[in-house]
Amino acid sequence: MALNFIFYIFASIAVGSAIAVITARNPVRSVLSLVITFFAMAGIWMTLRAEFLSLILLLVYVGAVMTLFLFVVMMLNIDREVKQSGFVRYLPFGIILALLLTALILLALNSHSVLTAMPVPANEPADFSNISMLGLLLYTQYLYPFEIAGLLLLAAMIAAITLTHRHTRRRVQHPNQQMTVTKEERLRIIKDERHG
Amino acid sequence: MDKTLSWLGISVALLPLLGALLAGLGGKILGRLWTHRVLNTLVGIAFFISLYLLKVMVWDNHAPIDYVFYTWGTAGLFHFDVAILLDRLSTVMLSTVLFISFMVHIYTIGYMADDPGYQRFFSYVSLFTFAMLILVLADNFFLMFFGWEGVGLVSYLLIGFWFKREPANFGSLKAFLVNRVGDMGFLLAIAAVLMYFGTLNYHAVFDQIPNVVNRTMEVVISYPVPVISVICFLLFIGAMGKSAQIPLHVWLPESMEGPTPISALIHAATMVTAGIYMVARMSPLFEQSSAALSFILMLGGTTAFFMGLLAVVQYDIKRVIAYSTISQLGYMAVALGASAYDGAIFHLITHAFFKALLFLAAGSVIIALHHEQDMRKMGGLARYLPVTYLTFVIGTLALCAIPPFSGFYSKDAIIEAVHLSTVPGAAYAYYCVLAGAFVTPLYMFRALFMTFHMDDHTDPHLRGKIKESPWVVLLPLVALAIPSVLSGEVLIGPMLAHHPSVLGNSVFVLPAHNVLQQWATTFRGANVMALSAGETLPFWFAIAGIFSAWFFVVGYPKVTESLKQRFSWIYSVLVNKYGFDAFNQKVIVRGTQEAGEVFYQVSDEKLIDGVMVNGTGHLVRWAAKITRRLQTGYLYHYALAMVIGVVVLLAWYVGGF
Amino acid sequence: MVSLNEYLMLAAVLFGIGMAGIILNRKNLIVLLMSIELILLAVNTNFIAFSYFLGNAIGQVFVFFILTVAAAEAAIGLAILVVFYRKRGTIEVQNLDTLKG
Repeated sequence: MALNFIFYIFASIAVGSAIAVITARNPVRSVLSLVITFFAMAGIWMTLRAEFLSLILLLVYVGAVMTLFLFVVMMLNIDREVKQSGFVRYLPFGIILALLLTALILLALNSHSVLTAMPVPANEPADFSNISMLGLLLYTQYLYPFEIAGLLLLAAMIAAITLTHRHTRRRVQHPNQQMTVTKEERLRIIKDERHG
Repeated sequence: MDKTLSWLGISVALLPLLGALLAGLGGKILGRLWTHRVLNTLVGIAFFISLYLLKVMVWDNHAPIDYVFYTWGTAGLFHFDVAILLDRLSTVMLSTVLFISFMVHIYTIGYMADDPGYQRFFSYVSLFTFAMLILVLADNFFLMFFGWEGVGLVSYLLIGFWFKREPANFGSLKAFLVNRVGDMGFLLAIAAVLMYFGTLNYHAVFDQIPNVVNRTMEVVISYPVPVISVICFLLFIGAMGKSAQIPLHVWLPESMEGPTPISALIHAATMVTAGIYMVARMSPLFEQSSAALSFILMLGGTTAFFMGLLAVVQYDIKRVIAYSTISQLGYMAVALGASAYDGAIFHLITHAFFKALLFLAAGSVIIALHHEQDMRKMGGLARYLPVTYLTFVIGTLALCAIPPFSGFYSKDAIIEAVHLSTVPGAAYAYYCVLAGAFVTPLYMFRALFMTFHMDDHTDPHLRGKIKESPWVVLLPLVALAIPSVLSGEVLIGPMLAHHPSVLGNSVFVLPAHNVLQQWATTFRGANVMALSAGETLPFWFAIAGIFSAWFFVVGYPKVTESLKQRFSWIYSVLVNKYGFDAFNQKVIVRGTQEAGEVFYQVSDEKLIDGVMVNGTGHLVRWAAKITRRLQTGYLYHYALAMVIGVVVLLAWYVGGF
Repeated sequence: MVSLNEYLMLAAVLFGIGMAGIILNRKNLIVLLMSIELILLAVNTNFIAFSYFLGNAIGQVFVFFILTVAAAEAAIGLAILVVFYRKRGTIEVQNLDTLKG
């Protein structure tokens, strides 16, 4: 009973702030709404007994990725925008499409009620640790993907740095440029006294 | 023995071919003297070989020889051999063709003496002889067609020999194209023969006639007609083209643009008789189709009479003789229609002699007057050109069927045969040939009087310089005059009355149609026939014709003038050749050109270029312009497209349950 | 009790909102990236729900990896955004039309 209640509150917060993400005019508000969405979803994941992951969501996702988003928004100095042109014109179309998509998924769910009419599993024993279960799996069966994920993060890091790195000017000479220089590049005649 | 004879037979054709190649390719090296020496020798040898073969086949009564030299190709049903058939009919034709060809070769030495294309001419004449001989010797339809086309081609080359003259080019093309129309019929006939008989060899076809006699086919409309009638009809269309029957006769007068020797060779004695020969050769087929025979009969009669009328109003001496040839070919066709095949061949032979003689004599006159052909500029030449005059008179008398010259026997036989024939249309043909017996002397004696008698209208420059032609020209004239006189009397008995006749089994006549057999019962010998000419109607018609010619031309020319004025519409119809040429020019030539214009402008430019070629391009461009709008460059549009795709897939997936 | 259906419906709704954000957004590239994050969040929720109800921990392992990849992708996406802003001076999505046909 309490679980239902918690679920519906968190769910409505999540949906409401998700809508705020896409409709906010201020980009900072947008990012903050996304943060709220993540918080709500972390709560829901908690009810699904995925404690480790919900906390990781908060720490990593909100703490790192969203902070990054906020940094970029601040850095780019994006003005508070005027009402989006064409937003209203396309709004019904977009809403219809989104509704359609959602409806389809729900339809699929209902038609497979056999698949989704699953019993709630029994509670685990009190000393059950989600982290240790995940850890056991990760470090034994899924070790290889785990390592690859690490490499992936390394690659992403290198890529991000390389993309945004501004080359500082190195104090070197470029002989090929010195050889190909022309007179017009070096000397500009303003007034020639000899020829008037 | 058979093999030797066959090789002799083919050598008869190959010797002129050799001559043609030598003169054609090496004429410059050989020079004029050696060209004519070599070629004349080769043709002379061929002629003597043909005489020997004639003796073997006819005198010694050798069985027909059907010898295959070489199989050119086989493709399923179609089997083509280079093979010859030596029998009475072919050897008779061989001798005739080679005799005339030999005479023409000798004549050419004198006639073309000052022409720059001397060697070329000799080459063409020998080539023509080769093609004609192949036509005669062939033992299957396809090889005959090869010779058929060959003579058409060489005729084109020879008519247009003086190719720098515009009328010559026009005439040669006209001859070739009109011949082509006939050839189409012939080709269709060959296809029909192949389809229904399964073979192209003559004897094989004739053997199978009983199997095919009752079969019918549907042509265009769904009314069944007998197969053999269709084949014979189509074959005769080919013969119409070559032998100048109405309406495919239009090429022969234009062909007079060629030099006179070839008029004598091709358009008097050989090529034009190819059609007659072909029908006689196919007599077993034609006998089975009385419809075709009626058609030939009526067409031949029409040609004989109406073309003769045209000769009366011509002023060019060669044209007179040309129309006379068409008319005489009509006589031969009439004989064929009446199933008197021997009679047709007999007339073919005598006609070859006297018509070639007439042409060569006319040629002699022409070169004596330095290539003047208009009779209004001649007159009184008898005293200057005695030998020419004498031979011309002999030829004219032969043509007008005056006994005892050869034409009398052959023509009379034909007229009598038609009179006795019971095929539908025979009565009409009889009246036509009878009227022709009046018209022929009319135009021939008119020509004779205008050329050799009466006042001298020749060009003043030439007067005093007109002299007889050289001996190389006169020798063929004399050589042809002799058979023109004698051949009728000598040959009529063996060819028509005796049993077996000269042609024997080469031609086939159904007993019901056999008018010659009937006629032969009244035949009491050549001499009796000549002496009793006074009892026959054609003889008096001929005398009337001669008298009318004298009356209108020599005696009372003013009457002629006034008649011309009063009946000017008849005169203009005759001068316009019944409108055949005008029809061909306006309807067929202009019509084809107009149709070509229409096709070019509408279907080629508008339809194919505009709609199909350019239109496809435009269509692609238009379609691309529309689809280009999908590429907006905006991310969200692309995302939208992706979402739509996903939605559609989902809907299909979900809906499938 | 909250059944599996409800969790899945919630995920579907978040997914739809994320999609709408991608399509409807014209002015801000950052909102685009955030919509992608929403979509990923919805997918993750799906996985965790199924993992709980089926009793199979692999769902959670997969979410672990999705989080990793999503973080990496967000970082690189933002790096590209920064470079783009340096070049163009704007991050309006409707100005990104050089691929227009």
